[in-house]
Parts: sequence; C-alpha cells; structure tokens
Amino acid sequence: MTIKQDERITLLHGAGGQLMGELLARLLKRFTKTSVGGGLGLKELDDGAVIPLLGKNLVFTTDSHVVQPLFFPGGDIGRLAVAGTVNDLAVMGAQPLALSCGLVIPEGFPISELERILESMDRALEEAGAALITGDTKVLGHGELEGLIINTAGLGLAERVVTDAGLRAGDKILVTGTIGDHGMALLAHREGLGFETTLESDVAPINRLIARALEAGGEGITAMKDPTRGGLAACLNEMARKAGVGIMVHEGAIPMREEVRGLGELLGINPLEIANEGKAVIGVAPERAEAVLEALRSHPQGLRAALIGEATADYPGKVILVTEVGGKRFLENPIGDPVPRIC
Amino acid sequence: MMKDLRFRDRAKAEELARLIARLAPEEPVKLVHVCGTHEVTITEFGLRSLLPPQVEILEGPGCPVCVTPVKHIDEAVALAEQGHIVATFGDMARVPGTHQSLEDARSAGADVRIVYSVADAVELARKTDREVVFFAVGFETTAPTVAAAMLDGVPENFSLLVSHKLIPPAMAALVQGEHDISGFLAPGHVSTIIGMEPYKIFPERFGVPVVIGGFEPLDILYSIALLLRQLRKGEPKVENAYTRAVRPEGNLKAQAILAEVFEVTDHYWRGMGPIPGSGLKLREEFAAHDARERFGLEVESNEALHPGCRCAQVITAKARPDQCPLFQKACTPRTPYGPCMVGEEGMCHIWARYGGRPKL
Repeated sequence: MTIKQDERITLLHGAGGQLMGELLARLLKRFTKTSVGGGLGLKELDDGAVIPLLGKNLVFTTDSHVVQPLFFPGGDIGRLAVAGTVNDLAVMGAQPLALSCGLVIPEGFPISELERILESMDRALEEAGAALITGDTKVLGHGELEGLIINTAGLGLAERVVTDAGLRAGDKILVTGTIGDHGMALLAHREGLGFETTLESDVAPINRLIARALEAGGEGITAMKDPTRGGLAACLNEMARKAGVGIMVHEGAIPMREEVRGLGELLGINPLEIANEGKAVIGVAPERAEAVLEALRSHPQGLRAALIGEATADYPGKVILVTEVGGKRFLENPIGDPVPRIC
Repeated sequence: MMKDLRFRDRAKAEELARLIARLAPEEPVKLVHVCGTHEVTITEFGLRSLLPPQVEILEGPGCPVCVTPVKHIDEAVALAEQGHIVATFGDMARVPGTHQSLEDARSAGADVRIVYSVADAVELARKTDREVVFFAVGFETTAPTVAAAMLDGVPENFSLLVSHKLIPPAMAALVQGEHDISGFLAPGHVSTIIGMEPYKIFPERFGVPVVIGGFEPLDILYSIALLLRQLRKGEPKVENAYTRAVRPEGNLKAQAILAEVFEVTDHYWRGMGPIPGSGLKLREEFAAHDARERFGLEVESNEALHPGCRCAQVITAKARPDQCPLFQKACTPRTPYGPCMVGEEGMCHIWARYGGRPKL
C-alpha cells in the first residue's frame, strides 16, 4: 500500500525541503557542462557559482521572487529581489557589483505600484552598494499570471570564496540575528492576526555586515549560508550534510523575537523551518569565534548575533538540537513548506 | 497566548531527570503512553535523552488514525463513490484502504471534504441537499463533541460513519497475557473525560501502575518519576499528576452525553485485532443518522499491513520506529507505508517530523 510517487510538479517541489532536493538532483543530470575553469558550478548547489578569473573569483547567482502579497510589513517584492541575490553573493564571500532585473508583469498591473517597487529596489541596491545594469520586461495576459515575478541575477567579486560545505568538527556556528522574522511576519500579515505593528520582515541586503565578519574572521571563516527557504533547519542540515560533520545547536541560544516564538506556538509552525531574508549562518574556527561575534554585533544589522552551537565529529550529516529543557533530538530537514510564496 | 513557561524550566527538568535516575531500578523498565500529544512533547523536547538507558517510553495505540481498521476506510471510500459528500480529518483522508484512500477517491472525482470538527460537517450538510457523511474517528476526547452535535439536532441529510474507540480496553489488551510493560502514562485529555476509575483495573488486576500526565515537558518527567516511585515501592495504583485538568470522577456531563448517544461495542483495532468493548456505535434512536444503517454498506477488506512494515509492533509498544527497516528509508511522511507514518499522532510520523531517536 505504498502511496505512488507523483510524477507531476507539486507545490512541495518548490518548498526548499527534501522533495525539492530530490527534484534538483534529477534535473541537474540533464546538463553536461556545469562549471567553468574549475570553479564551483551547478553540481555544488551552493548559493552562487564561481568563475576563477584573472586571479580573482567572479561569483554569479540568480533568484526568482514570487512573494504574496507584493507589499508586506518590513518590505516588498522589490527589496526582496535585491536582498535575495545580494545575500547569495555575500555568503559566498563576495561583494556585489551588479544585478540584472527580469520583470514578468500581468496585464492590468498598476504602473504606480510598479514604480514603487522599482524605487524600493533602488534603495536596497544603494544599501548594498551595487548597480542595476541590465534587465528585461515581459507582460502576460489576464489570467496567465497572478501577482508579479521578479528575477534578479547578480555578479560579485570575492578575494576568498566561502562555500556552504566547509565546516570542520570544532567550528563554532554563529547566526547574525533573530530567526524566523520574515516567514512569521508574512504569515501574520496574510492571516490578519494583528501582529503587523510589531512583527516585520528582516528583508535586507547584509553584504556589509558579512564583510565585517570576513574582516574579523579571515581564514577562520569556514562556511556561510543564508537560511532562506526551509529556514535555519534546512540551512544547518545542508551545511552538515555537505561538510560530513554533525552540528549541535542549543535551542536556548538561538535569537528569536518573542512575537515569533509566540506566534509559532499558536499556529503550530516551527520558526526554525521558515524563511529569513536578512540573516546568515557562519561557521568559524573556534579561536576566531569571539572576534567575529564582536564584529557582527558592532554593526546595526548584527546587534542580536549569537553563537548557537558547534560542528561535531559525531553524527555526520545530522543536526542535533539541545532543547530548552536540556533534552536532545535531531533537527530534521523540513518535510514541506509551512508557508508558501514568501520569497 | 503562550504556553505556561513554568512547565519548561530547564533547572527543574534537570532536577527531575536526576530524581528519575535515582528512582530507576537496574533492570529495564518499559513505560507506555497512549497519546500522540504525549509523544510530540517527548520527542520535540528530546525527553528520552534525559532518561537513564534502562528506562524506555513507547507510544502504544495512541493514534486514532493509525488504529482505524481498513474496513472503516473502505466504507468511507464506498460512501464517497456512491456520490455522497464524505467529511473527514486531513490525515484520515491519506490512510490507504484496501484499494484506495479517501484522497485517491477524491482525485478520481469523489467529493471528500477535509474538516476540522464535526460542527464543520454539520454546517456543510445544512448548506446542501446532498447526503453528508462525517467519518467520526477519535477517542473519548472527540466522541463527546460528536455526541453533543447529535443531541443538538442535525439535518436529515447528515449521518455518521462511527469509528470512535475507547482507550482503556486497548490498554488492557496490551497487558493481557504475557507482556513486559512496567507502567502506563495515561493520557491527560482522555482522562479529563473518563476520570481515574477506568484505570483501576491496571494496578488491581494486572499489577501495573498508572499515572495520568499532562503535556508539558515537566508534566511528563514528573509523571515518569511517579511511575518509577510506584515501581520501587511495589505498590501499584492510579495517580493523577495532571490535577489542574483532571478530576477523579472525570467530566460527568460529557460521560452522560456519550452514554445517551452511543453504546459500547466490540471494535477491530489496526495492528491489534478485535478488542471486546473497545468501540462505540450509535444507539437505536439515532439509527436514521447511522451511515451503515442508512446506506447498507458491504465491503471486502484486507487488514494486512505492507510486508516489512512494523506498525503493528509500534502500535502495541513492542518496537520503536527506528527498529523498522523501512523507517526514514522507504517509509517517510511523504511516502508512508503504514498508518503509523500517515497519522499525525503516529509514533513514526512524529519521529520523522521531530527527529526522534531512542537516545542521543
């Protein structure tokens, strides 16, 4: 009585969980040449690809954004489209140079709203110190598209590339701030739960914050990743699996807003499984951990940065959560997506 | 809004863990609870890792969806195929029957609706001329809400496919004959309805201690400590560690409503077989709203589990999910082989979702 594997795309295939991983593994086999000049490519499934060029590392990434609603507490689809791509570059160790913007717009969309969205993109680009240098616009007829799709691709330069696979047993695990804000803010806003006044998305480009961490940590920074879809749980599982180490995290040390925690309890949604759009997870050699934490906390975006755990030789590929009462369990990769269409 | 954090205090949890270690005998102790909510707390908070190695706690038949017989699912599917609206809980729709699940029937065009309560289903019936059948699954906690709805009066086109089950007879089935169960952590929610009396047979007839426990981590650790203390003293009895919700006599009004609408009958439990006096059926007066009477169902069902699936052992507290060769390999919440992985209160589903393992 096995339930048959569905052979069509379902929403879960895009949810950043196990099912999406299986789909990607299957689709990637369709491509033959997947990297350039020995750099990181499609197979590594990192936040961005790397092209070694003239002694530097050109980092390249792309991301499509479909958030609903387009305007939400703390941001909008434009800001998200810039932050998403900039942060993918930043966690590869790159400083962003330039972005592209592909717009897919439904017929009837108010031009004034489009302008607001593009102005918001521009402000986010300004914060990141990057330029928008090329783009494309398509319009679809009534009923062919709901909302708006923005694709951005980004180019950045890295002196030293940091992957999401470089953790070594003993490394400390840091997060740059509170976890679960984006997903919970979107959820509260959509459900009309009246948390709008206090709960905002964390969507922001954090390349300057990460630059500060890189400065303080140097070679001691061994791995970075941004916990977007699938949240901190998916992010840590991927880092553990790729590096072949275990990760032990302490629930009580994970910075979290009270509203996020409370809303999670109320709705039965684990804040560790939902997206963040202005946070990074950083692996640091133990001797540099304090310095990096201090550097993060000296930046306005990193005031609530925290050391949440460490990589271990035990349980390779698994994440162990030390719960608030001191018990231990595995923190699993999320099965599905508790909140769809938030990035 | 938030749960009371006093019941999650780390220092108190550690203190209770030390007490448990002191009280635990040297020989293996197998404690059994019968409640998905207990399993969620135990797993989500990693409580097993706080217990000494010789103390094991397992979920028995505590997941109503898991123990629902295939025959009842087949009946629900047959009703949906006859063109009636079948209303059910979400995870019930995914449990495979002999040929298909309710979800399969829906994909094939049948009208299967997911509801959150019997009230939703009654409301549905008020808004349509078609027949609405509510698939009434659950233990003593959900059955009174269904009984209350019947007493409030339901529309003529509303009927019940009753699969309500009773917990104490299933617990008794576990300790009849040879068994290695040292004590029961009795379910807090069920006990708010039935009180302490129905558990007395366990210490008196079977020599097995019972402690009624709440659902916060400290509730459960405290209940385990009380069970171990009873074992140490060799004086089994029924203790109530959930006094903030459970009265010794239970909820007399709910008991009266239940008795007015339902009568006790023998039921088949998935993975366990037939258990005398373990289920409910509608009384004669409500026969007009009994889907089985009303539509004359005849189904041929196969109760066998998938080969290799150890759900029957999990349901009878004879195996942990990780002792099943399929667990988290072929059998996952997305591709479940057995009902324990489908039911959201099933031990396999909870372990897969919250990273449960015996000890970490």
